[in-house]
Amino acid sequence: MDRSGFLVEMKNINKWFGGVCALKNVNFSVGYDEIVGLLGDNGAGKSTLIKILSGFYPPDEGSIFFEGKEQHFTSPRDARNLGIETIYQEAAMIPKMSILRNIFVGRELNKVNLGVVRYLDIPRMEVESTRALDGVDLRLRSPHALVDELSGGQRQGVAIARAMYFKSKLVILDEPTNNLSVKESAKVLQFIRDLKSLGISSIFISHNLYHVYPVADRIVVLSHGSKIGDFKKEETSIEEITKLMVLP
Amino acid sequence: MQNNILNRVKRILILREISSFIMVFVVILVFFIISPLFLSKENIGVILEIIPELGIVALGVTMLLVSGEIDLSLGSVFCFCPIILASLIEKGMSFPLSFIISLLLGIGIGYINGFITITFAIPSFITTLGTMLVWRGGVLLLTGGWPPFFPSGIPTWFLVGSVGILRMSLFWYAGLTVLMWFILERTDFGNWMFSTGGNPVAARAMGVDTGRVKMACFMICSLLAGFAGIIQSFRLEATLPSMGTGLEMDAIAASVIGGTSLAGGMGTVIGTTIGSFVIRFIDNGLVMARAPSYWFRVFIGIVTIFAVIFNTYLRERTKRFRC
Repeated sequence: MDRSGFLVEMKNINKWFGGVCALKNVNFSVGYDEIVGLLGDNGAGKSTLIKILSGFYPPDEGSIFFEGKEQHFTSPRDARNLGIETIYQEAAMIPKMSILRNIFVGRELNKVNLGVVRYLDIPRMEVESTRALDGVDLRLRSPHALVDELSGGQRQGVAIARAMYFKSKLVILDEPTNNLSVKESAKVLQFIRDLKSLGISSIFISHNLYHVYPVADRIVVLSHGSKIGDFKKEETSIEEITKLMVLP
Repeated sequence: MQNNILNRVKRILILREISSFIMVFVVILVFFIISPLFLSKENIGVILEIIPELGIVALGVTMLLVSGEIDLSLGSVFCFCPIILASLIEKGMSFPLSFIISLLLGIGIGYINGFITITFAIPSFITTLGTMLVWRGGVLLLTGGWPPFFPSGIPTWFLVGSVGILRMSLFWYAGLTVLMWFILERTDFGNWMFSTGGNPVAARAMGVDTGRVKMACFMICSLLAGFAGIIQSFRLEATLPSMGTGLEMDAIAASVIGGTSLAGGMGTVIGTTIGSFVIRFIDNGLVMARAPSYWFRVFIGIVTIFAVIFNTYLRERTKRFRC
């Protein structure tokens, strides 16, 4: 397969909410095996852009290409089926459910599938979830433990293990290092590097440049719904981006 | 060796139903001490005769609570379905047809609850508070407040016929318990229910159609309430317009005693079944203890609050055990 082009290309994306313009002619792309840092202050349009890419709502104008083909997502499920996995801050996991059930929710493995009645294949899900968790080097007591008992970093790990297991092509991480200790943040950054080494691209959304900079290959800055910067990491510096971000 | 035993104790302590197990044991013990006749064969027969009516309703409530919604109208549905069944038969319709129509009516009422709640995005507490009054009012309008004539010669045996000291209804209850357990714990749909109640945003992001899941749970809940109402009317051979008044509270209490969370995403069928037994035991035990029956609600109230405190405490405790 040709991996020289872009995995994702979003062209001239416009989005209004009521009379408010949330995104203005934004062009955004992610290459193969690339980690893109998406930076911007609150309300810059990061979430809107990502929600369009993950199928939550369509753009008012503009087009989305995935692996070179134009896509029109009607639901998050469409995006997921293509291999776009989004890990939201608070909404990635269901705390009162076990790790195993969290990994497979919406994509359960069945022993018997009669359409209406779908009998869960719990033993197989046990084996597979353990394997998935080993993939990110998470040493958890048991896949039956509740997600509630995990730390923030471990939860991110489970979500990333899930993305790896289902052979996602693009993982979108929404503020994955928020509210994490320094040690845990470092662990999450390692997960993102692991994704890259498996050939999975990722978009790392944050307003903290110092978390994004060490891992990102490219950094995109949004402000007030427009793209104001798009740099390869070699061609920029923390100082330059900081200056850009604090501009009014 | 010692470690092994400790592990086993831990495994029992982290069982989600542990607090309701302890509670039912205490209730049985207390009433047995007050009156040893509490555990006589005859008395157990009496309890088992009436448990299915509350128990089946509580199963439905649990399914709905797990998916994050509540139904206050089921006491009214519990009455409305058998009243319609009796009236249809009175109008000359055949029994099987009227039986099926009244159950479909139960499903339809659940659909209406779900449709209003989901389409207008209002709390189901409000929706079903409204429909509770609507269906109870409907019953009074249809009957004028008088119990309608209970049709004779209908085959009530398949729901309430005697089998030894037991009744058929107990077997229906057992069957439905197993069925609901299976749905909740062993199917995709059960997984979607937990996720819908536990974190609807995440569930939607994972591709679960939370609206449809809730809708199905509303329908299951109403259907079971209507079915249980028909069982009671068959047992009493009467359809009283006051049937099921306050039942929604007992059913929710049974579910909560069994460890179901009103916030959604948490609950078990086994716990709920134990909760129903706790309520029936208290009801019956107070009679055996010759306490005035007014004490019933007082005790259920206290036990419900105590159960939730106990559940929360145990959950925090076991969390520490695990780490």
